[in-house]
Amino acid sequence: MTEFLHTPPKQSWTFSNDVNAEIRRAAATGIYDIRGGGSKRRLPHFDDLLFLGASISRYPLEGYREKCATDVWLGTRFAKKPIHLDIPVTIAGMSFGALSGPAKEALGRGATAAGTSTTTGDGGMTEEERGHSKTLVYQYLPSRYGMNPDDLRRADAIEVVVGQGAKPGGGGMLLGQKISDRVAMMRNLPKGIDQRSACRHPDWTGPDDLEIKLLEIREITDWEKPIYVKIGGARPYYDTALAVKAGADVVVLDGMQGGTAATQDVFIENVGMPILACIPLAVKALQDLGMHRKVQLIVSGGIRTGADVAKAMALGADAVAIGTAALVALGDNDPALESEYRKLGTTAGAYDDWHEGRDPAGITTQDPELSKRLDPILGGRRLKNYLKVLTLEAQTIARACGKNNLHNLEPEDLCALTVESAAMAGVPLAGTSWIPGR
Amino acid sequence: MQTFDLSANGLRALNSSLHALKGQTNMTEWEIINPKGAHAIAAGVDAPVDITVRGSTGYYCAGMNKQATIRVKGSAGPGVAENMMSGTVIIDGDASQYAGATGRGGLLVIKGNASSRCGISMKGIDIVVHGSIGHMSCFMAQSGNLVVLGDAGEALGDSLYEARLFVRGSVKSLGADCIEKEMRPEHIALLADLLKRGEADGKASPHEFKRYGSARKLYTFNVDNAAAY
Repeated sequence: MTEFLHTPPKQSWTFSNDVNAEIRRAAATGIYDIRGGGSKRRLPHFDDLLFLGASISRYPLEGYREKCATDVWLGTRFAKKPIHLDIPVTIAGMSFGALSGPAKEALGRGATAAGTSTTTGDGGMTEEERGHSKTLVYQYLPSRYGMNPDDLRRADAIEVVVGQGAKPGGGGMLLGQKISDRVAMMRNLPKGIDQRSACRHPDWTGPDDLEIKLLEIREITDWEKPIYVKIGGARPYYDTALAVKAGADVVVLDGMQGGTAATQDVFIENVGMPILACIPLAVKALQDLGMHRKVQLIVSGGIRTGADVAKAMALGADAVAIGTAALVALGDNDPALESEYRKLGTTAGAYDDWHEGRDPAGITTQDPELSKRLDPILGGRRLKNYLKVLTLEAQTIARACGKNNLHNLEPEDLCALTVESAAMAGVPLAGTSWIPGR
Repeated sequence: MQTFDLSANGLRALNSSLHALKGQTNMTEWEIINPKGAHAIAAGVDAPVDITVRGSTGYYCAGMNKQATIRVKGSAGPGVAENMMSGTVIIDGDASQYAGATGRGGLLVIKGNASSRCGISMKGIDIVVHGSIGHMSCFMAQSGNLVVLGDAGEALGDSLYEARLFVRGSVKSLGADCIEKEMRPEHIALLADLLKRGEADGKASPHEFKRYGSARKLYTFNVDNAAAY
C-alpha cells in the first residue's frame, strides 16, 4: 500500500517535455529554431469535416460507370491563353535551391504525366523543370532572384507571391550550406553566403501599386499569361478582395499548414490561420464581388488525400495545390531511410531540417551526391501515381454525393465533427442544423 | 522615325508594336508623344532601338528593358527600368521611388533627383544619378554600381551585398553592414567610365566621390549581430 503515500509524478501541460526541451535548446544556443515544413500542431482541418453522401433525398452516381469531370480552367478572366488542367491538383511553388535539380525535374515529370501544372520558386526557372513541365507557373517573388523577361514569357502562367501560409508577413533565408555554384549564379550572389529573401516586393507597396504591377507584367507578356496572386492565410476576405481588385486572374490561398523551405518555428506555429478557416472567407469575398468561378481560387496547406481535395472544392475552391505531400510522394521522410535520419538526430516522419541541405532522400539538398539518390524518372512516376489516387478518391466522394463534376461539390454536402470546424467551415455541426455564428 | 501617339492609340498597341520588333527591324527610332503619365510605357522591349518619350511617365517605364535605348524627356514615376537586363534608360527629369529596382544589367541615368529606394535589390545594373537620392537606396543591393553626384538619404546600402556605391555629396546615414571603403585606382577608373557613359563627365571628377560597400558582417546569420537585423 506504500504506493499510495506519494502523489504520482505529474507532467505539466503548460511546461511539457517538448516545451522544456525547446527552452533548454534556446538557452544553450541563443538562437531560435529554424526548420522547414508547415505547422505541426493539431489544427482544425479537413479531418473535422465529413461528407453526407446520397441516400433518398440525394441521387448518387454509379462509381465505375458514370463520369465525374475533374478538369479545370485557370486564368479565364483576362489571359488570352488560360490554362486547362486535367485534374484540379497542382504542384505548389518550391524553389530550385531549396530543392535539388532532380527533385524539380521529378515534380515536372509527375505533374505533366498527371495532366497538371508545377510551379517554380524563389530562385528562378531551371531547364529541368521547364523542360519536363508541360504547364509551368513562374513565381514572381520579392527577391526577384533569377527574374527575367525571357522566362516570364516562357512560363504558362505567372504567380505574384505576396505571402505564403507558413509565414505570412515573413521573408526567407537560404542558408549558405545550400548555396552551390549554380544556385549562387542564378541568384547573383556569392557562393556560400546566407541568401535572404525579402518579405516585401521592392517596387510596389499596397493594392493600388499591385494593380499597376500586374498591368506591367501583362504588358510585358502581351496579355497572354494568366496571373495568379498568392497570399498567405492572414486576412483572406480582404486579401482576396484586394487581389481581385488588383486584377488577379487566379487567387492562390495558402494556409498555415503549407510548408516552407526554412523559417523560424515560432513563426510557422503562431502566425496565420489554418486553411479550413481561410477558404470560406476567400470564397465569400469572391461571391460578394460577383467573381466566384470567374477568378479561380486555388487553396493549399495540408492537402493529403482525395477527401481533402473534395472538401476544399466543396467549400468553393476551384483547385488545390500540394507541396509537402508531393515531397513525401517523391520519398521525403521515408522510413526506409530511418538509420540515416537517426544519424541526423531525428526520425522518419519528423525530419524538417530541410535548410541544412543534408536530406538523406536527396530532395531538399544541393549536395551532388545526395541529389543523385533521387531518380527523377522514378520520382516523377511516384508523383503521377499519387496525383491519380488523389483524383480517383475525390471522384469517388463526388459521385457518392451525386456530382458529375468535382466543381459541383458544395458546402451543403458537408457536416462538421466539432463546433470549431463548423464555425470555420460554415457548415452544420453533424446531426444538427447549427452553424455557429449564424 | 516612328511617331506613336500614346493618348490616341493606347498602351497595348504601343507595347505590342515594340515587342514585335524583336531585333529584326529597320524601324530603329521611335518617338512616343502624349504619354500623359501612363504606366508601363515601353515595358518588355527586346530590340536595339532608340525610343524617346516626349513627356513624363507613370510606373514601370522601360520595365525589364533589353537592348533598347529609352530616353524620357520628362520625369519618371516609380520603378523606372525595374529589372532592366541591358540597354540604356535616360531620364531627363526626376525619378520616383524604386528607380532601377532589381536591375540586372544596362545603364540607368537620371539627370535630376531620384526618390527613396533607388537601386533597391539591384543585381548588376549601373545607375548614375546627377542629383540626389532618397532614403533606403540600394537596400539589399547585390551587384552593379550606383553613382550619385548629389547627396544620399538615410540608411544608404542597408544589408548591402556586393554592389558598389559612389556618392559625391553627403550621406545622411549608412544602413546596416554598409561602410565607407577606400577609393583605389581601379575605382577611379570605373567611376570615370560611369560618369562618361552617364553623361556626367563634365559635371564631376571621380576624385570627389567616396565609395561605400558591404562590411560583409551579415553574410552569414549570427545571433551576435541580432541588433543589426
